[in-house]
Amino acid sequence: MKNRNLILFLTLSLLMLGLFLADLAWGSIPISLREIVSVFFGKGTEGINSEILLNFRLPKAITAILAGASLSVAGLMMQTLFRNSLADPYILGVSSGASLGVALVMMAASVLPVAFVSSGWALIVAAIIGASVVLVLVVGVSFKVHNAVSLLIVGLMFGTIAGSLVSVLQNFSNPDAIKLFVMWTFGSLSAVTWNYMQVLLPVVLIGIGIAFFLQKRLDGLLLGENYARGLGISIQQTRFLIVIATGLLAGGITAFTGPIAFVGVAVPHIARGLFRTSSHKILMPATILCGASLILVCDIISQIPTYTLPINTISALFGAPIIIWIILKKR
Amino acid sequence: MSILTTCHLSIGYSKKRKTDVIQSELNLQLRAGELVCLIGPNGSGKSTLLRTLTGLQKPLSGKTSIDGKEISKLKQLEKALLIALVLTERVDIENATVYNLVSLGRHPHSNWWGNITEKEDLIIREAIEMVHLEHKIHQNINELSDGERQRAMIAKALAQNTPIIMLDEPTAHLDLPNRVEIMLLLHKLAHKTDKAILLSTHELDIALQAADRIWLISSEKGVECGVPEDLVFNGNFNRAFESKSYVFNAANGNFSMNYPMSRDVWVTGDKTRMYWTLRALARAGYKVVEDAQFRILVTENGWILNEKNISTVEQLLVELSHQYVESGNYEL
Repeated sequence: MKNRNLILFLTLSLLMLGLFLADLAWGSIPISLREIVSVFFGKGTEGINSEILLNFRLPKAITAILAGASLSVAGLMMQTLFRNSLADPYILGVSSGASLGVALVMMAASVLPVAFVSSGWALIVAAIIGASVVLVLVVGVSFKVHNAVSLLIVGLMFGTIAGSLVSVLQNFSNPDAIKLFVMWTFGSLSAVTWNYMQVLLPVVLIGIGIAFFLQKRLDGLLLGENYARGLGISIQQTRFLIVIATGLLAGGITAFTGPIAFVGVAVPHIARGLFRTSSHKILMPATILCGASLILVCDIISQIPTYTLPINTISALFGAPIIIWIILKKR
Repeated sequence: MSILTTCHLSIGYSKKRKTDVIQSELNLQLRAGELVCLIGPNGSGKSTLLRTLTGLQKPLSGKTSIDGKEISKLKQLEKALLIALVLTERVDIENATVYNLVSLGRHPHSNWWGNITEKEDLIIREAIEMVHLEHKIHQNINELSDGERQRAMIAKALAQNTPIIMLDEPTAHLDLPNRVEIMLLLHKLAHKTDKAILLSTHELDIALQAADRIWLISSEKGVECGVPEDLVFNGNFNRAFESKSYVFNAANGNFSMNYPMSRDVWVTGDKTRMYWTLRALARAGYKVVEDAQFRILVTENGWILNEKNISTVEQLLVELSHQYVESGNYEL
């Protein structure tokens, strides 16, 4: 059993590394592996290819890994907390909050100072604020409600409210602003430059750090909240930490890349299927590797047509069949 | 030796302005090495008492102490080292084997990373052996029968290595052989491991046989404790379950239904067949009265009703009602 896990981890790590390199090489201008190596080792850092590689494809590939890892780990935590295999990282309404923030900036742009709106940070700051507001509300509620299902319903309601507000805004906006917003909801990995990476990376690392810190408690939560209490787990504190970590991971990624559908639901199931375990200390790194690989694959696929496809549609095309398979298998 | 004691404990629910007291002034003692069954009618506070004792719910007043430590002042983790729980919630974990499930019981003892050391492994295997699930140790818990699943949950509680185990209706949803087996297992565990085991149940007859001590809870008289037989002798059982529609039969520890009985009949004869004959007659509405007009003699292989031989209960009942109608004194 131990050996099997080790082999799986090694294979997945190599797969992820391979996909990472392929993602760097692939694109409208193919870059050979030799060129990639020479750019990385400081030789031939001039020329257009090295510019594309270092300032465009490298941050994009790293973002793909971060997004896949974050959404998958957040999805795993949500599925354990709610003991529901269809829970996803967006279930607490964090991404709806982010999209409300973005919608406000895009569609109410005439009211805001031009300098703010035209800078790339405007959307990100708005998304972070939107996600944080919902997160704070959900955390507040998590101390009030007695069981996780109530928290789930409240999260869904916050999401619905945010969604309706976005619709109201759309109703009053001009078509250009709506198109801009719709483009944002398609998700894009390439929006993250090195500047943004300095914020995104720590946010993701903190979120994943909290998740790893909670791995033993998450195992206990599999039994249900009352049994978990009986095992000495402080439910309020654990729930609070899970909500915070999920908010950081899902909210952070959504703010920088837009929503990416289905990865958070599908990947924990892939990891459970591969490793045949319920233990979070194995599932956690497993979902990170699987999630990162899946998003890298999606990104590579989205580069195949001459016009780059939005990442959100590709991930949904991959994720939806997996969810159907889960439902059929569960019967 | 008493390991858990309650002092003027009052249980119930309190919402903003309204307090709903279910039981008050409870002074209970739980002793090591004993199996205690908590029984009582629905709504008398069985689950509330159990939830309060385990610390899942706050008492309205009074206190519960274990080994002199007051439970409401303990941290969650400290409680987990004293009381292990088996609840009614169904546990469904994808990919978890019996071993994985039982190893979760080691949770309060293991370090942050939750590694299973050789010593932990030994305790887990021992717990699984105690509930006789060795042959299923690597089986997925979703593939277990209900009885095996309950035994696995008990093994998890054993692995937690606490002086007290509390179980909420551990025999619900199980068939008779499994109910008996679980109760005997718990009885044996209490005596062998010197743990105090407290469980709530609806199975009166099994509880009366397996429990070392009964906590009889009722809305009127609070909680009465004692050896099962004593509670039967002093009539507490009957009072607790008093109802118009059935009576507690102190002769065999069962409940008998109270049928409306309007017709008189006189029965004598064979003792072993008598019990079942009386049951059938009671259900059909006949009261046994000495020297009644209709006389039934119970023989070794049949009945004689007013000098007529009858071989089945069904015939007996048909013939009896027939004769009643003919006699004209009674309406059907």
